[in-house]
Amino acid sequence: MTLALKNVSLRVDGLMHIYDTSIELVPNGFNILLGTTLAGKTTLMRLMAGLVVPTHGEVWFNGVDVTGVAVQKRNVSMVYQQFINYPNMSVFDNIASPLRLARYNKDEIKQRVSEVARLLRLDPFLKRKPSELSGGQQQRCAMARALVKDSDLVLLDEPLANLDYKLREELREELPRLFATRERTVVYATTEPSEALLLGGYTAAMDEGRITQFGPTGEIYRRPADRVTASVFSDPPINTVAVRKHGARFTVIGSDAGWRVCDAFTRVADGEYEFAVRPHHVRPANGVADGAIVEGKVLVAEISGSESTVHFDMHGQSWVSLTHGIHCFNVGQTARFLIDIDHSMLFSMAGELVAAQGG
Amino acid sequence: MARIELQALRHSYRPDPVDDADYALKQVDLVWEDGGAYALLGPSGCGKTTLLNIISGLLCPSEGSILFDGVRVNDLSPEERRIAQVFQFPVVYDTMTVYDNLAFPLRNRGVPEKQIDTRVRAIAEMTDLTEMLGNKASGLTADGKQKISLGRGLVREDVNVIMFDEPLTVIDPHLKWKLRSKLKELHQRVRTTMIYVTHDQTEALTFADRVVVMHEGWVVQQGTPQELFERPRHTFVGHFIGSPGMNLMPCELADGGVSVDGHRIAVDRAIAPPKTGARLELGVRPEFVRFVDAHATDALPVDVIGVRDTGRNKIVETNFAGHKVRALVPEGISVPQGRAHVRFEIDRTQVYANGWIIE
Amino acid sequence: MKTRNQKAWFLVAPVVLLVAFNAVIPLMTVVNYSVQETFGDNLFFFEGMKWFEEVLSSERFHDSLIRQLKFTFIILAIQVPLGVAIALAMPRKGFWASVCLVLMAMPLLIPWNVVGAMWNIFALPDIGLLGKTLNAMGIDYNFTRQPFAAWATLIAMDVWHWTSLVVLLSYAGLSSIPDAYYQAARIDGASAWAVFRYIQLPKLKHVLTIAVLLRFMDSFNIYTEPFVLTGGGPGNTTTLLSLDLVKIALGQFDLGPAAAMSLVYFLIILLFSWIFYTVMTRGEDK
Repeated sequence: MTLALKNVSLRVDGLMHIYDTSIELVPNGFNILLGTTLAGKTTLMRLMAGLVVPTHGEVWFNGVDVTGVAVQKRNVSMVYQQFINYPNMSVFDNIASPLRLARYNKDEIKQRVSEVARLLRLDPFLKRKPSELSGGQQQRCAMARALVKDSDLVLLDEPLANLDYKLREELREELPRLFATRERTVVYATTEPSEALLLGGYTAAMDEGRITQFGPTGEIYRRPADRVTASVFSDPPINTVAVRKHGARFTVIGSDAGWRVCDAFTRVADGEYEFAVRPHHVRPANGVADGAIVEGKVLVAEISGSESTVHFDMHGQSWVSLTHGIHCFNVGQTARFLIDIDHSMLFSMAGELVAAQGG
Repeated sequence: MARIELQALRHSYRPDPVDDADYALKQVDLVWEDGGAYALLGPSGCGKTTLLNIISGLLCPSEGSILFDGVRVNDLSPEERRIAQVFQFPVVYDTMTVYDNLAFPLRNRGVPEKQIDTRVRAIAEMTDLTEMLGNKASGLTADGKQKISLGRGLVREDVNVIMFDEPLTVIDPHLKWKLRSKLKELHQRVRTTMIYVTHDQTEALTFADRVVVMHEGWVVQQGTPQELFERPRHTFVGHFIGSPGMNLMPCELADGGVSVDGHRIAVDRAIAPPKTGARLELGVRPEFVRFVDAHATDALPVDVIGVRDTGRNKIVETNFAGHKVRALVPEGISVPQGRAHVRFEIDRTQVYANGWIIE
Repeated sequence: MKTRNQKAWFLVAPVVLLVAFNAVIPLMTVVNYSVQETFGDNLFFFEGMKWFEEVLSSERFHDSLIRQLKFTFIILAIQVPLGVAIALAMPRKGFWASVCLVLMAMPLLIPWNVVGAMWNIFALPDIGLLGKTLNAMGIDYNFTRQPFAAWATLIAMDVWHWTSLVVLLSYAGLSSIPDAYYQAARIDGASAWAVFRYIQLPKLKHVLTIAVLLRFMDSFNIYTEPFVLTGGGPGNTTTLLSLDLVKIALGQFDLGPAAAMSLVYFLIILLFSWIFYTVMTRGEDK
């Protein structure tokens, strides 16, 4: 099945919620919408589902314009962040409800429900009420409802956001497998870059009502088209600083700090750029004498067992270093950090990608 | 400020508990030093909220005592214990301004207005609320409201301990780390004893100097984030902390060594045989599973099943003698396909009997 | 823009019809009467604004309106604080909470004319428990003759009958305050008064807005109970607006003035409700 949004925009009460957006979902693929809370992910999903009609533009479903067609006729299922189940029905009846609405016969309902329940490991709980289940089981019940009906399009709006950490980890692993059981197009909204990476598939990065880039997840992560996409796809946020390129050297604007230009950037014209490097490519420069070393005042230092996170002041920008191992710092001290210039990006001052190396 | 001791605490919500299963808190003995940052970490239902309520004085334990600086406080109310608490959902006095909210605890205690003013302004500066002092508290965002809750605790100079009950639940994901580092920074400035209750390992490990991990009413380990990571004392800690969690597989003791299905595993110490019938498990974190050459010492044969990219690392899923073993491979290192060999790092491989580490 | 589905109108149609028969048509009939002079045999003459002018300048109308306003403000001033106070004193959970709720709901279940009859007998100076007790205590009390006693009895009856409504609404409002607020207040060392002033009252605001509006409109429309209790006497001292209206319309069969008066009455209620609502929800942004 194919779904395409053609120059869709949405304005509500004079406020733009979605700016002119075109996207063609990857048929039968796992399509991820990645962005912060107010980026417009949910709104875009509602447009895809037909719950809202766009102000301008068209929605095409399997080559047919369905812009004004009601959601009931589109064969779509949706799973929300909140665990939405019918509280007075058993898990079995909850899962069976879409089939009953579609007037399937009894035997078929039974067979399909037990199949989906087995897949989602809900078979021991079919007789229980949703309130007697744990959060993860409740959400699996909601997902089973979406899976049981042979929808062409399944929309998942941050389905794991309200679950415990460990459960999230487990379901993240299962989800792509679950949805691969049949030909269907999946759209999955998330705020977490790491979740997008783990789920794989294709990612559309969103920011303030716009899709900034769409493509294979790994590719967008490693070669973001612009600064906005790079920061959407980085947690903690990507480190940036304005630099001036002068021959084979970058100099931080407004200071004399600087470092060597890496191979991929040598052909770039001299001038002012925004230099960007992900937090895990900045590490404490313990005992390292040369390389791209910068100094900064430590703002916060966190140790989380296997990793250390250090926030420091990089010539007025707040930078983050994220490294394996334990590195102790005192707040306020000046520390030296090594930038891994072989994994960095260069953006024009307008925010467009000029060159990237290593990702 | 106070040193907090919990001695032989047990709590049951039933009037006549018979055996361990009736207790929500089975046995807790802990000492928390004055001025420390502690986290209580565990999944929902592990007893952490019960323990929190016992310390704050909202609940009286069935057995055992709570000492603040050596004085038994079992029968004292929260205000007599001089504790402050930040709740899961922000509690602010809606009709008051931010200033009045912060001043409220002091006014209730009859502190002179002039003194209140100095104190409130100092705290507002610390919590970044200075610019909002004149605003109605109801108009603030969730993170602003949580800062007010925290500020109301900090404003009192006599507070023994500040408790946090999942304080980031309602905070936007991309603001979480900001508020978290703010908390950390504040702790480093004021050095009040802080106890942070959460089910999120990242929050616990980044905030606390020492983390108390709870599981089914037991304290399974108390230690620094590093200790929990490198030497989990219980398989639950291994599983719960770290993402993905520790690889665990059944093993047996033979000729003073450890073996898994006939493959001999090197460990860094002699394992004393536990009492017969104990369930033995070998545990090693994915971070300490390395791909090695087939001829290397202690090389173990595995089959690579799948690889997932997290950007910074690759999670490699392998099959080792019928057990699922995950390896974490840093970015830039290639992952073999099909048949390969791994080594478990000798000083990071643990053996557990009935879940508890064999020292 | 694509065409929208118009079927939804069919779903609304029954309600539109119901409202039309129920409210719009009777109201228009009243408007019709209010501008005409009626005689027997369906003879109508158009009179324009005459009845309105008459009503608005009539001293009788002024007097009953003032009596009505006095009554309403007195019972609001008693019932709202009293209702909130009772709700605060009620247990939050357990067996006694249910008992209290049932007891509170009782007066609301009694038919209005029965309430009037009950209080009438209760207050009779010669045989009623209240009347006889008061007189035995040396207080000269006779609500059928003394205007003050009549007023006091009327207000006591209304307070007895309707305070429960405020109690139940406030109780529901109080129950919705999460425990964390009370815990936070304890930790902040707040006094009971401060807890009421800064936690309970702000959280009750919406519920109280509804309670005040309901009680205002109901008390303005009150008819049955005073009719049964005092019949508007002694003299005209307890003739509230609604009692007066019925006297004019049915007692004297002056349909035109009565219709004009009803409309004025209706507009007054609308105006006051609007004022209450605006004042009570003032200062609330999104």
